[in-house]
Parts: sequence; structure tokens; C-alpha cells
Amino acid sequence: MIKIVHYINQFFAGIGGEEKADFKPEVREGIVGPGLALKTAFGNEAEIVATIICGDSYFNENLEAAAKEILEMVKKYSPDLFIAGPAFNAGRYGVACGTICKEVQDKLGIPAVTGMYIENPGADIFKKDVYILSTANAATGMRQAVPAMAKLALKLANKEAIGTPYEEGYIQRGIRKNIFREERGSKRAVNMLVAKLKNESFETEYPMPDFDRVTPNKAILDIKKTKIALVTSGGIVPKHNPDRVESSSASKYGKYDISGVMDLTEETYETAHGGYDPVYANLDADRVLPVDVLRDMEKEGLIGELHRYFYATVGNGTSVANSKKYAAEIAQELIKDGVQAVILTST
Amino acid sequence: MVKEIERAGLPVVHICTIVPISLTVGANRIVPAVAIPYPLGNPTLSKEDEKKLRRGIVEKALKALQTEVTGQTVFEK
Repeated sequence: MIKIVHYINQFFAGIGGEEKADFKPEVREGIVGPGLALKTAFGNEAEIVATIICGDSYFNENLEAAAKEILEMVKKYSPDLFIAGPAFNAGRYGVACGTICKEVQDKLGIPAVTGMYIENPGADIFKKDVYILSTANAATGMRQAVPAMAKLALKLANKEAIGTPYEEGYIQRGIRKNIFREERGSKRAVNMLVAKLKNESFETEYPMPDFDRVTPNKAILDIKKTKIALVTSGGIVPKHNPDRVESSSASKYGKYDISGVMDLTEETYETAHGGYDPVYANLDADRVLPVDVLRDMEKEGLIGELHRYFYATVGNGTSVANSKKYAAEIAQELIKDGVQAVILTST
Repeated sequence: MVKEIERAGLPVVHICTIVPISLTVGANRIVPAVAIPYPLGNPTLSKEDEKKLRRGIVEKALKALQTEVTGQTVFEK
């Protein structure tokens, strides 16, 4: 029987939410949490011998140390297969799953599989290295994700041929493979063109890679005359969140006047973000949005001016399309208001 | 968000804890932060020391804004 070690976070282990995200790696014999669904999918073909649990913040704040520690735990069980997640759209969890899968593959030579939503930053970082099953953006997609992950994992463990991303459901790895087709290329190209002209659907054989990079803007020459604005995805809002910016998948951003505000205090500001432990930001929001320090520097003449408004949204599960839209709008306003540089903070 | 602000023509520095995410998203000037729930703080320090730490990070961010870069640059701790 194929032996599997499974990696999950503190949340899926039932240990706790954000308040437990600093949970250090721990190994438990047998199945925990989503391992149960995997077990059902594996039937008699494979067995989860151990589950490793680690807090998402602990892993991401200690990437190298955490990976090393977990690798040692995996090694002890000498499994045939390693599975992490699925992480859906949880960013830190996705980065953790991707990192540890790559480590296990590269350092221990054990095949690894994980699952994520396509917009999870972990997917973009690790899709070339690891088989990442494409999942829904929330844990409600567990029932669809698990059987597909199990199927792909078993194929890898049994060293069977792995089909295309489309057939197997994993995120494209950027690998090109030569295959024979019935019709020659010129004919296929013309067929595609005809379909396009008729407004019919067609599938390109060579999707252009999406290199969305922006050239850095020129450096600031005289910071002492520069008007600087603060923007954050860390969800800092006035106390009681007047615009009701959502704690995850934010449908809006807030714009807040800080004229005369020298310091963000427990009484005046808080975080609306649901993707990290809010205790520290609620006590002192300067820990996310450094208004106090910039005010000091403004007084000392080290910067020209801190812009009158700051902008905030919650970058927790918020779609790439929405984030782009918010930032594009924010940038236009900032330019109109004569802002020359931006400090953007993320949690 | 960082990328869209940069695209609009404003130089932007990203202060963030998980640098690999910032790199994959496409920020150009990146300053690593302290921890996820308190990127610009540390609750174990005294108020004064914590503010000093925060000021250090902001100063680094301002330095990053004053530095010409040709591609993604992480301004290390």
C-alpha cells in the first residue's frame, strides 16, 4: 500500500483560526481534517500514515526554518507520496503548500501534489515546479478537489503517465510536449482563423504567456519636497469600519481623511481584515499603516507632505480583477491630488 | 495593487512580510516587513523601541523610493 504524509494548516486541523496562525509544526499519526476525505478517495490503494500541521503565519514568517523542520518530519515516515492542502484561495496556506511540496520533491525525491485556486499567489510561484490541482476559491470546493487530487497523486506514486493539465485538472506548468495530430499545422491554423472570423469558439494551441510586468518608475529626486500617500491592503479603517469594508473578498476600498491625525490609536482605528490575527493592529494600527512615523518625518522636514487621505482595502481572498480596479482608481485620484510617491503596506 | 499604481506612473514601494508573494505579483521596490499581523511593529518591544523599529522600516522605504531600479529589487533588512 502507498504510504502518504499529508500537510495541512492550523485551521483545517481544527486547532484555531488567525489567533493560532503562529502554531509551530507538529506531526500527528494518521488522519486529521481533510485527510478523511482523501482517505475515502484513496480507498485501499493508499494510506495517510501521518499528518503534519503548521500555522500559516509561522510558516510564511519562517520560510526556510519551517520547511527544514517539516522536511525532517516527512523523512521519518519515508512515504511514497506527499500531499499538501488543498489551500483554495488562502494565500499563506498556498505558499506553504507549494514550498513544502517543492522541498519534498527536490530534497527527498518523493512525488508531491497540492491543490489551489488559480489566483492563489502560491499557484503562480510554484506551478512550474509542482503539480497543483486547480480548485475552487473556497473550502466549499473540497468535495470536487479531493477526488481529483487523489487521482493525480496515485498516478504520480504509481509512476503512470500524467496527462495534460486539461485532462488531469492541474494548473499549467509551462511544459511543452511534442505530439502527433491528425491534421497538419497549416490546416489547423486556417480552421482556427475561419472559426475566429465566424465568431465561433476555438482553442489556441499556443497561448501567449502572460508576462504582466510593469517598468519601475523613476526614483524620487527630492524626497523633502515629495507628497507621499499611504495605501494598504491590510484593512486599516476608522473605528467601527464606517464603509463596512468586508473582512474577505472585499467589494470596495475606503478613502479616509487623516488631516490632523498624528497617531492611529486603539480608540480611533482598527483593522477590517479577516485574514490575520487582528489583535495587534486593533491595539495600534500604526503597526500596519505608519501614520505616526510619517507625521514625525513630515514635522522634521524629511518628507514634503503626507497626503491628506489614505486608501485601504482588505487583501484577503480579494480577486485580482477587483484589486486592479481599486488600485487603478486610487492611482488616478492620487495623481489628480498631486501625490508623487506611494507607500503600500501589506500584511 | 502595487503594480496598478506603478502602471499609472507613481513610484511605489511595497512594505510586506511575504516577499515571495510581492515578487510574484510584480512589485518593483520591495521592503521586507516584520510579521504578518504587525508588518511595521513588534508588540514585544516597548512603545519607544517599537516606534524606532517602524521608523527604520519607513526610512528604508523612502530610501527605496529614492533609488533608481531597473527591475524587481528587494531592499534587504
